[in-house]
Amino acid sequence: MQAFEYANPTSVKEAVGMLGATWSDAAVLAGGTDLLSLMKDYVMSPKRVVNIKNIKELQGISASGGGLRIGAAVTIEELVNYASLRTNYPSLHAAASGITSPQIRNMGTVGGDICQRPRCWYFRQGHGLLAMHSGKSLVTNGENKYHAIFGEGPGKFVSASSLGPALVALGAKIKIASASGEKEVDAAKFFLDPKSDAEREVALAPNEIVTAIMLPAARNVRNATYEVRHKDALDWPLATASVALTMDGNKVKSAQVVLGHVATTPWNAAEAGKWLVGKTIDADVAAKAADAALAGAKPLSQNIYKVQLAKVAVKRSLLAAAGIKV
Amino acid sequence: MPEYKWPPMEKRRVVGKRISRLDGIAKSSGKAKYPSDLNLPGTLFGVILTSPHAHAKVKSIDLAAAKAMKGVADIRVVAPAGTEIQWAGAEIAYIAAETEPIARDAMRAIKVDYEVMPHLVREDDLAKAGPRAKAAGEQVTGDPDKAFREADVTIEGSYGIPVLTHSCLEPHGQVVGWKGDKIDYYPSTQNVSGIGGDLARSLSVPVNSVSVKMDYMGGGFGAKFPSDIWGRESAQMSKTSGGKPVKLFLDRAQELTIAGVRPSAYAKVKVSAKKDGTITGWQSDSWATGGVGGGGMAPIPYVFTSIPNKRMNHTAVSTNTGGARAWRAPNHPQASFITCAAFEDLAAKLKMDPTELFDKNLGYTARADVYRKQIAKAKEMIEWSKHWHQRGEVKTVGAAAGSSSLRRGLGMGIATWGGAGHASECRVNVHPDGVVEIEIGSQDIGTGTRTAIAMVVAEMLGLSHTEVKVKLGENIYPPSGASGGSTTIGGVSSSSLKAAANALEKLMEAVAGSLGTTPDQLEAVDSTIRVKGNPSKQISWKAACQKLGVKSISETGKNDPKNPGGLNTQGVGGIQMADVTVDIETGVAKVNKIIAVQDCGLVVNPKTAESQVYGAMIMSVCGALMEERIMDEMTGRVMNADMEFYKLAGISDIGEMQVHMDISPEHDKRGVIGLGEPCAIGGVAAIANAVANAIGVRVPTLPVTPDKVLAALYGDKLGRQSLA
Repeated sequence: MQAFEYANPTSVKEAVGMLGATWSDAAVLAGGTDLLSLMKDYVMSPKRVVNIKNIKELQGISASGGGLRIGAAVTIEELVNYASLRTNYPSLHAAASGITSPQIRNMGTVGGDICQRPRCWYFRQGHGLLAMHSGKSLVTNGENKYHAIFGEGPGKFVSASSLGPALVALGAKIKIASASGEKEVDAAKFFLDPKSDAEREVALAPNEIVTAIMLPAARNVRNATYEVRHKDALDWPLATASVALTMDGNKVKSAQVVLGHVATTPWNAAEAGKWLVGKTIDADVAAKAADAALAGAKPLSQNIYKVQLAKVAVKRSLLAAAGIKV
Repeated sequence: MPEYKWPPMEKRRVVGKRISRLDGIAKSSGKAKYPSDLNLPGTLFGVILTSPHAHAKVKSIDLAAAKAMKGVADIRVVAPAGTEIQWAGAEIAYIAAETEPIARDAMRAIKVDYEVMPHLVREDDLAKAGPRAKAAGEQVTGDPDKAFREADVTIEGSYGIPVLTHSCLEPHGQVVGWKGDKIDYYPSTQNVSGIGGDLARSLSVPVNSVSVKMDYMGGGFGAKFPSDIWGRESAQMSKTSGGKPVKLFLDRAQELTIAGVRPSAYAKVKVSAKKDGTITGWQSDSWATGGVGGGGMAPIPYVFTSIPNKRMNHTAVSTNTGGARAWRAPNHPQASFITCAAFEDLAAKLKMDPTELFDKNLGYTARADVYRKQIAKAKEMIEWSKHWHQRGEVKTVGAAAGSSSLRRGLGMGIATWGGAGHASECRVNVHPDGVVEIEIGSQDIGTGTRTAIAMVVAEMLGLSHTEVKVKLGENIYPPSGASGGSTTIGGVSSSSLKAAANALEKLMEAVAGSLGTTPDQLEAVDSTIRVKGNPSKQISWKAACQKLGVKSISETGKNDPKNPGGLNTQGVGGIQMADVTVDIETGVAKVNKIIAVQDCGLVVNPKTAESQVYGAMIMSVCGALMEERIMDEMTGRVMNADMEFYKLAGISDIGEMQVHMDISPEHDKRGVIGLGEPCAIGGVAAIANAVANAIGVRVPTLPVTPDKVLAALYGDKLGRQSLA
């Protein structure tokens, strides 16, 4: 680990002032469940580490305009235990509950979840975000069973965010602070597909931090997440789907279908969403929507199975959202 | 000399009782200190620079920048220019520094120039191994060709089980300090009495100059016998640093890459049988790797060794990967899986219940009666007759069972092992204040050895197990064998029984007069010494010891493996059965329940024995459904040298477990037999066979992961098989 300077600000303003113009100047420390590993492995070597856990403005969950404001430093455990989450946002509740390590749930934060670096083993072993070697993709030519099945870009890692797909499906917004003030970005636009090793996978500049996640009202939005997992205990899901439906009687008025762990970002299956409009959800409709959602998948040499898993996730999340037991 | 024998089953007061391990609280509260917890004043921190290449020649090493760094105590190159590196992770240089950050910075400041050479790191596709594959010769018994010609039915199957790593929670390593001509050595080891000599030899110093101390250790599974290069180099760095202790433990990636692996085993198998299920022939073409040295043949056909007509060919594949070490029951889980999977496939083709097929062929085993009874007991425990179905019949699970994608199945696996006691010496000291100390150069590697020794001595002395103190983990105590191959319990129980019997004899000689009788008329019961047949004539243990005056009793006992005198023996059988549910839409398999029926002779402590079987069954769940070392041909490296993608079961992944220790006069009279290995064998086959039973097709290679289940069910369009 490269020696670093440690900063412990108590306000957002102070914190962003401590960040730098480049990624190597500073890194943000929240739960610390991953940053220290990245630093020990020299994947990230910031000159300064800025702890944001002592900033009051980043704490707490509160009602806001019919929805919720979730502070960036709220832990996953706090989120899971928030009273109305399971009722109004079962999709987010399920995604947060899928982080099955009590240690990580107790330490890890929602801001950390959406900003965490990919788990791609080539990236983690120091081959860079895109894992290119002499012009060849290590992922495409190597061990890719856990990698992407969607995306035209050079990156083949999968977004590691557990909450991302649910946030995108629910139409959440991400609040971002910099020295020049605060802005809001759609969750769908927060996650990026990098085109070079120098880029990042989220829409943050080196001197910006996430301050909160804003969830819109969802009382009439039927939503659900389904994760296909190899293990129940601590493990990354193999594929997930989060759906959010507004209904007109028993017919779908609008639908968001967002897949997780299949691309460099939460993957918006827009065709499936469009196709669902006007349909009444049953097992057959859910299966057809799943086919539509995965129609454009381009699996790599070892991960064709993820196409099937993502289909199952779409189907089961739709049925769950519609209240149909499987 | 007293007679050395186990008290009759019905008279035992301590041995055979369910006693919680003596160090349980210390371990679970964190009070127990492991070698890696040790931080002595002035300790230097050691790290290892390893090769990033799987196959390369070291052209040059430049230490200048690293040596110039403040706080660097010593750097020792172990792979100088000209060395051919054979796997990624191989050690290049050792560094000791005042702090971990300095050591790691220095490591990164060392410049190594490599000439990179072609590598082979995967062996699952034998066709790609080329000249790295070496045939090990053919073994033929009987006339296999005739057997296959005349068979009513023949099955052919491909089966494979990949390389696993030991993944010890406490990595390999030690704290070691060189003081004058003595060395204080605190290793994490399975070999307290032997490892000091091993280190001494590697350093060319007298064997008795090394003091070994280890109270607890965090897992070895067969990989922690030698002192290793890191032991030697750390000792050398301590010496050059004026004797400052050097603490060096492998990091997680190193632990999973270079500290030993279990070899793989792949085989194409053909089995022939008569209509009634009698097996007539076996043919196998197997291959394996355990690193550069290749890999030996798993003992197939397993257990059913007397099949009359057999042909076995084996190929050892040399790969540029970290070398193999013993792994709990070396080669047995692999052999059990390959054999039991082929038998299960044969039973499916015959439309037979596999337990009947196994039963029909028990004559080919060395322990037919034991296995027959165990199979019956295991079937009862898993409710075989209620839940088993023919392969291809659909047994759904869940409320809406008709449309459910969940399929349930049962399977079985078989095991055998030796387990005779190793050479062991023990000393029992009885002091005039009544204190009893047991000194033995053994180790408790988590199996409950400490507790078992206390129980045996307490039994012999008529005391409670809390009234004796076990001192182990140091090589100043009488030597006892390394803990490997299920040899410990037989060895230490026999030596401690003898030492206790000898000590008791001396005590009785000291007190007989005061009780007005001769020593042979005395017995030790309930913390008293009393006259046989006249319990009112007694003296308390404490009072008896006071009669020793100022002189303690110090008596030793020895287990000689060539002449265990009926106290311990070898040869056990075990049956495990599993009940699984597989989601045929996702390919995810879950264990509902796994059961074990295991004989192991006289059981000293049923509670810790069962606990050991539970651990083994959890390992089986991991091995069957999750674990594999993933090698990348592109970079030549282990992709999952971590606890993230090297998947191990968590509590929620295990399912229900039941253990039946086959405790009976019939087994008890055989004496003590080791348990560590036999219970870690059959579970993998049981789970794999249960999956085949559940989904109607064989998943040929382990672990049974979703991609492979989907490929087995629907072909390459939905999944991927790693074996052609």
